[in-house]
Amino acid sequence: MADGVKPRVKAPKKADAGEVVTIKCLISHKMESGQRKDKDGNVIPRSIINRFTCDFGDQNVVDVTLAPAISTNPYFEFEAKIPESGDLKFTWYDDDGSVYEDSKTVKVG
Amino acid sequence: MDISRRDTLALGAGAVALTVLPLHASAAGVDEMINTFTGGAAVADGGVDLDAPEIAENGNTVPISVSAEGASAILVMAAGNPTPDVAEFKFGPLAGSSSASTRIRLAGTQDVIAIAKLADGSFGKAQKTVKVTIGGCGG
Repeated sequence: MADGVKPRVKAPKKADAGEVVTIKCLISHKMESGQRKDKDGNVIPRSIINRFTCDFGDQNVVDVTLAPAISTNPYFEFEAKIPESGDLKFTWYDDDGSVYEDSKTVKVG
Repeated sequence: MDISRRDTLALGAGAVALTVLPLHASAAGVDEMINTFTGGAAVADGGVDLDAPEIAENGNTVPISVSAEGASAILVMAAGNPTPDVAEFKFGPLAGSSSASTRIRLAGTQDVIAIAKLADGSFGKAQKTVKVTIGGCGG
């Protein structure tokens, strides 16, 4: 697991049934592009988060494939429809096989 | 060889055209990616909104947002980067809208391209030139 990886998600705690809410999420990750060289001229190997997903219950909200062109500390903002009380689950997949997870409970009513 | 006044003008114009042209380093890669994404279908202009700054001071984090009504997927590419792919957003059944924002790296002044797979199965395209003061690829 890469060092200092910390997911942060901002989602509302309450929503009306069927309401569309905005979700912002950020994960601290250096997103080494594989293009940079160290001071000896060796290419620093690529190490990025290559996929991010957000699900509500067992239904998908958004599924993003990331390339090295995504900035350090990848940030996403998108909208989700909340049909009922439940958990929003966020998953980040690292190149090195690590999986980072976070979840937020949203209450309806 | 004598260089006439007219030749000099033509040469000058050619040089200007060369410097003004944006980076086309990976143009072939872009076409290939579009083909993979669309399965060879035609891509019409419009149907997708791409919001990006006209001038980005720092190519390391350029905020962009894409949206396309009813789209099931949006592909974002940067034509002048060493590898043109940036991100592919797939919107699931609980997506509130087919829109997303993120921050990307741009190696230099270039075109950012968004292709959306629209609800009726057709494809829309939007393109925007972003001027970058400091490139974002290190090295």
